[in-house]
Amino acid sequence: MKSFDYQRAETVEQATTVAAGKNASFIAGGTNLLDLMKLEVLSPDVVVDINRLDLNAIEQTDDGGLRIGALVPNSKLAADARVRQHYAVLSRALLSGASGQLRNKATTGGNLLQRTRCYYFYDTASPCNKRSPGTGCSALQGQNRLHAIIGASEHCIATHPSDMAVAMQALRATVEIEQTDGHRRQVPLQDFYCLPGTTPQRENQLESGELITAVHLPAPVEDSYQAYRKVRDRASYAFALTSVAAVTQIRSGTFSHVGLSFGGIAPRPWRDTEVEAMLLGQTPSRQLFEKAADRLLEEAQGHGGNDFKIPLLKRTLVAVLSEAANFGGDA
Amino acid sequence: MSMDEPDTRRRLDDMAQGLIGKPLDRTEGHLKVSGTATYAHEWAVADQAYGVLVRAPFAKGKILSIDKAAVLAMDGVLAVIDDDRLLRNPAQGTANEAPVQGAKDVVYLGQPIALVVAESFEGARHGAQSLSIEYDADESVAIDPEASDAQTEKPDEKQFSQGDVDQAMQEAAFTVDQVYRTPGHNSAAMEPHCAIAQWEENQLTLYGSYQMLKYNRNELADSLGIDAEQVRIISRYVGGGFGSKLGIAPEAVAAAIAAKELQRAVCVTLSRQQVFEAVMRRSETRQHFQLAADKDGVLTGLSHVSLVSNLPDETFAEPVGQATHFIYGGENRRIGLEVARLNKTCAGSVRAPGEAVGVTALENAMDELAEAAGIDPLELRLLNIPEKDPEQDVSFSSRKFRQALKQGAEAFGWEKRQPVPGQVREGEWLIGMGMASAARVNVLMQSEAKVTLSADGSVIVETDMTDIGTGSYTILTQIAGEMLGVPMNRVETRLGDTDLPSASGSGGSWGASSSGSSVFLACEDLREQLCRKLDCQSADLTLKDGQAIVRNRSHDLVELLGGESLQAVGIIEPGETSENVRQATFGAHFAEVAVNATTGETRVQRMLGVFSAGRILNEKTARSQCYGGMIFGIGMALTEELLHDPRDGHIVNRDLGEYHVPVNLDVPQLDVILLDERDDHASPIQAKGIGELGICGAAAAVVNAIYNASGARVREYPATLDKILPYLD
Repeated sequence: MKSFDYQRAETVEQATTVAAGKNASFIAGGTNLLDLMKLEVLSPDVVVDINRLDLNAIEQTDDGGLRIGALVPNSKLAADARVRQHYAVLSRALLSGASGQLRNKATTGGNLLQRTRCYYFYDTASPCNKRSPGTGCSALQGQNRLHAIIGASEHCIATHPSDMAVAMQALRATVEIEQTDGHRRQVPLQDFYCLPGTTPQRENQLESGELITAVHLPAPVEDSYQAYRKVRDRASYAFALTSVAAVTQIRSGTFSHVGLSFGGIAPRPWRDTEVEAMLLGQTPSRQLFEKAADRLLEEAQGHGGNDFKIPLLKRTLVAVLSEAANFGGDA
Repeated sequence: MSMDEPDTRRRLDDMAQGLIGKPLDRTEGHLKVSGTATYAHEWAVADQAYGVLVRAPFAKGKILSIDKAAVLAMDGVLAVIDDDRLLRNPAQGTANEAPVQGAKDVVYLGQPIALVVAESFEGARHGAQSLSIEYDADESVAIDPEASDAQTEKPDEKQFSQGDVDQAMQEAAFTVDQVYRTPGHNSAAMEPHCAIAQWEENQLTLYGSYQMLKYNRNELADSLGIDAEQVRIISRYVGGGFGSKLGIAPEAVAAAIAAKELQRAVCVTLSRQQVFEAVMRRSETRQHFQLAADKDGVLTGLSHVSLVSNLPDETFAEPVGQATHFIYGGENRRIGLEVARLNKTCAGSVRAPGEAVGVTALENAMDELAEAAGIDPLELRLLNIPEKDPEQDVSFSSRKFRQALKQGAEAFGWEKRQPVPGQVREGEWLIGMGMASAARVNVLMQSEAKVTLSADGSVIVETDMTDIGTGSYTILTQIAGEMLGVPMNRVETRLGDTDLPSASGSGGSWGASSSGSSVFLACEDLREQLCRKLDCQSADLTLKDGQAIVRNRSHDLVELLGGESLQAVGIIEPGETSENVRQATFGAHFAEVAVNATTGETRVQRMLGVFSAGRILNEKTARSQCYGGMIFGIGMALTEELLHDPRDGHIVNRDLGEYHVPVNLDVPQLDVILLDERDDHASPIQAKGIGELGICGAAAAVVNAIYNASGARVREYPATLDKILPYLD
């Protein structure tokens, strides 16, 4: 670990001001940042501690949704009665990730910004375009069981590891960002993350010094089926090989709402609006689900170790949609 | 005492204190749960400096130069050590001499090449990460043992042949001819390796985490070029070994060299990543089985030819066929071993070397033979238990193999198993049962202990035996208490210090029976000394609760001692019973699994192990070891696999986040049945090793159950979902 300056911010404005224009990292739970700093994958000059900021509340919004402060711990969010009742997919996704101890420390904002678990990203002796742009992607011809089948590029095939973000995307969440000019903007989660392209080191829309202050969930979908299906190698404490978050509603025998999001398969929580559109207004059937899955996977590409994710994702999506259809909920 | 004759006296059965075999809590348990047991890193040695080993960033070649100046100029950095005595990898178990030295010749990526020492651990780590080296990398890196150009050796002494297996295969009614593969494994002990070295003049004290101190002392002295008398090693508590701490390792030699140079104590701890890449791995194996059976399912031929790997110059080769020699009969036999020379982390003993993977693949092959012959897998095992050792004209010592299989089947409800795969479904889950035999060679090693019966009637046991979490402190206390008739809290057991008499150390499952026998023999001597005071025969002396009872008269032990302390040394040595009978432990595993019909995920639902390992000294610590073995069996079956980069061979999943040992949710209800047994040939306490038996074959029971559940026959471990998916509808 390289020596660094430590600054504790008392206000959001102070945090963004201190960090702007510098090689700085905000620290909240530190569950990922500290590991990365010990390995010298990240070597910030300044670490800005934001734990004292007033961003620890889950509040009802005027439009009937929820505003989740960036510092709300994963365990608190998962246990919140409103979340469990109206946004069950989020609670389930949170509880499927990490361990009890980590969830107590990890925060909402930090979870969104956690880094990939690509083996090569963590090994400073290996080339990695995300860590050291221009050195190459070791995973492409190396071990890539964990890696992306959709949305990757020849420069990087890493996946985004978050479960929480996958569920939030299925709920159509937006990210609230404090800019360095003191204004706040909201970015839909599906636009928040960047695809790797030729710049895998850039992972999201945050500019230098900008801080996530909250995540907004829209009003709940009534009578919805919600599921987070996470497929993994061991029963707990493992990242998703694939995951499917679903928020669906059926009225008069057809899908009247479809929110789908996929984890473990892409550089960001994956959403495919065409797949959702294919299902919307349709009568549920196995044939329809298979068509939707085939559309989702049309451009999927394996890299050897992760080829299995293509059939696995199809099977998982069809199973989740079948369950959604059986859930009914017709009014 | 040399173990030349069976000891049929079974003296422990005559004792009166009632401690042996009882499920007693660990005597040091309260220290461990309260965080006050001192592990290597926790010794508060004054004025320590901290060292961090530097990792070779390439797989093969030579270090040309190291830019020490830049790192030495960093704040707090005290030294950069690149001494020729640094170790490239740990010593193999019982090596008793220095392993390969000279860290400048690099043979695997991750090899330690230097040590950076600083005032703080953080400073040393940053220095190590910043050290720039010039090197000449050799591109001809060997990674894959099965590559067509792989360099392999076939040591003569590791090839065995009897009769004609090829002909047996031709004439057989039923055959199996299959290849099974197991990947590399990491020991994954919870406590990472650590050594704190401190010199006083030319005397070195090393606080470390090691399994076999008498060997480690010689290995360390030899590595440093000093006399063994100049070295003291202290390992009071060891946070798990599983083979990884058998031999002296790079951190110890580096700490000792640095401490000497700086005239100051130096602490070197490995990171989890370093434990993965610079400590022993279990070799990957390719195992070719050929089984030939007659129309009744009786084996007529058995061939088990394996390919394993190691670094150039390492003599250790995973002894894959070790138990194949004696578990099952069959007139025609072939057991072979080939070693590929690779540029991958050193291979050594990890969790039951040999049987953990060898019995596992054998038991998969037996499952396939049962199916081919249309015989129940349990029946097939029972049919093929040999009367005598099938290769040597010797009998078995105690062996409750048949009973373990039968009792296990009954307790588990094996008769409910559906013979045709894929018949039982609960919702999305396919349910199946599998079983496997367990076997592990039994070894007795030389071990010495001193026992003192103090004038106040308390007892002190001293030996440099280690307790690697297995229960050594507890069972040695039990044996002394039982033999001398004093309660547990009147016995103090001192372990883990080379100043004490030399023990067998922990490894190869031999620790309890070897060091336990030495304590037993010392206590027998003390009983004789008491008999002389009482003018009686040892057989007539009853010792219980501090009283000596002879001919219906009770004497207070303290009064009897009359202010005097008695002392005795016990030494056990292996003898003729190691040669003239076949000694092994046996058992049976049963598993029920659920395979997800959509995703191929497997979850073990319940497991039962039945084990026979001679006398059980402490039912609780023995059972816990069996649980541990079975849990590692679940890991081996479903998740554990060292992933190597295909270009430079380095281990890419170098932490417990990505190297998947089972977590609580992966482990269901486990049951263990310990069979009551005495092995008179094994040791004077009739005990055999049990530590490793639980893993031997356990993974096969799980994988055989996966087949029964889903029809997926996985022959490449671990049985991750990608290997099961192709078999699902």
